[in-house]
Amino acid sequence: MAALRAARTNNEVDNPSSLVLRFGPDKPLKLDAGTVLSPFQIAYQTYGVLNDARSNAILVCHALTGDQHVANTNPVTGKPGWWEVLIGPGKIIDTNRFFVICSNVIGGCLGSTGPASTNPATGKPYGLDLPVITIRDMVRAQQMLVDHFGIEKLFCVLGGSMGGMQVLQWASSYPERVFSALPIATGARHSSQNIAFHEVGRQAVMADPDWHGGKYFEHGKRPEKGLAVARMAAHITYLSEAALHRKFGRNLQDREALTFGFDADFQIESYLRHQGMTFVDRFDANSYLYMTRSMDYFDLAADHGGRLADAFAGTKTRFCLVSFTSDWLFPTEESRSIVHALNAAGASVSFVEIETDRGHDAFLLDEPELFAAINGFIGSAARARGLGA
Amino acid sequence: MSVNGSQRVDLEVVANLIPPQSRVLDVGSGDGSLLELLQETKQVDGRGLELSQRGVNECVARGLSVIQGDADKDLEFYPDKGFDFVVLSQTLQATRNPKLVLDELLRIGNRAIVSFPNFGHWRVRLSLFVKGRMPVTKDLPYSWYDTPNIHFCTIRDFVNLCEELGATVEKATALDANGQKIGLSMPWWFWNFFGQQAVFLLKR
Repeated sequence: MAALRAARTNNEVDNPSSLVLRFGPDKPLKLDAGTVLSPFQIAYQTYGVLNDARSNAILVCHALTGDQHVANTNPVTGKPGWWEVLIGPGKIIDTNRFFVICSNVIGGCLGSTGPASTNPATGKPYGLDLPVITIRDMVRAQQMLVDHFGIEKLFCVLGGSMGGMQVLQWASSYPERVFSALPIATGARHSSQNIAFHEVGRQAVMADPDWHGGKYFEHGKRPEKGLAVARMAAHITYLSEAALHRKFGRNLQDREALTFGFDADFQIESYLRHQGMTFVDRFDANSYLYMTRSMDYFDLAADHGGRLADAFAGTKTRFCLVSFTSDWLFPTEESRSIVHALNAAGASVSFVEIETDRGHDAFLLDEPELFAAINGFIGSAARARGLGA
Repeated sequence: MSVNGSQRVDLEVVANLIPPQSRVLDVGSGDGSLLELLQETKQVDGRGLELSQRGVNECVARGLSVIQGDADKDLEFYPDKGFDFVVLSQTLQATRNPKLVLDELLRIGNRAIVSFPNFGHWRVRLSLFVKGRMPVTKDLPYSWYDTPNIHFCTIRDFVNLCEELGATVEKATALDANGQKIGLSMPWWFWNFFGQQAVFLLKR
């Protein structure tokens, strides 16, 4: 058992250092796969204070490899929270004013129930015995967390990429519980090209002999090579050709000339290898399979007879969508089709496209125009919600 | 998308036509001046559609509900009668298909408010008549080759188009060069000659 624990990516899986809400057999999580998950747990962080009216809560949804540590030092990496540029005391999303909640999604590997968690039925990690998790399952679990706080209506739900999918799902599944929604760099469905990239990543993991059909913990191993390759391929899709060229060009790594071998001659190779290696230190390979699958399965229009506008029929939620010009993973057209659907549904919607060469990852970076848009949207929504200035 | 250099004296005239708490879509919302005016003075539920991404981003940063889009292409996504008022302010003459755009405005809004520069104004006529050149005035400062205003019309032309589309003119106002309303009792030809801008309230 000790060896098994050591083989795990981190010590945050069953007993995380963050807050945990555990749901016993009386509160199962219904899954789209047709089964239930029970018992299960949600690991989460909160920032700021919930007001008496419980009207100032903001739910932040994390992306594919994100976690609940949105605005505090990450316990695994020791790095700042992944959205600390945006969220904190005195920041655009001011935790002196708002109560911010961020939870690890179901299927994740930082404390919410996922494939690395111990299956109570066997005493071993779930591995692939965990049912496939969908975006809607994640949101259903988040809703149970929000219930726990007695919050009837969230002031805002926001997130980028896979987090943006959760935002759209929230607005569609629980429109009366979402006052405002801010989906960033996302789409109402995963495109064929995006599914293709995810499949490359999954195949890389599963081709690693250390994967052992998903039971690697029981062999005291982890498919590090496969997961690193998956991350390297995915990382390219988060950037843009222009940004790669600006940062790395054809520059050589710590050498004067080509070596006529297969070492990392180029800086970009060295950079990607580093990205792959650091990723495996913090992320579980099976969790990566589940996360990518949840995005692939996401198709909000398909859940509503193929008409996206019907996913938002009669909504009173205020929307603001944001896309980035150089994002080829979730190009502006994806956001625009959501905007058209929201127009058709008569919804209140703003839509900002931001000019940048930083690609999909721009949503995580210090982008002044993004912050100005979020600030304006949150500010006017707060006035409409009676939250003062 | 607002495309002439005038002082937008029409904004207040437009705002006065809109009762409090209305649902308003401002097509070609520019820097958001009208939406802001309407939200402050009439507490409307206002939305904007604006061609320039920069204009949109500035509007959203100021808390206005605006999306980037093209009046020629993106009006089709709005439902029938989804708004009490749809405003097209100083933009009609810059659209590719003004007839279709006007038709869409009448479909989307219970009422449409359209303001435009009058190409029948005496200064315009004088410029063409005396100089024999395309008019470049203080309010229409572009040369013929770089103007975004590709579909100018006169007040008379616009009235004819409204008839063709089966729209009823509920109110019409012409503004002279100083932004003053021209007397209501004046005949169309007088408006068409002295009106520098016109504001129409339409219903279908």
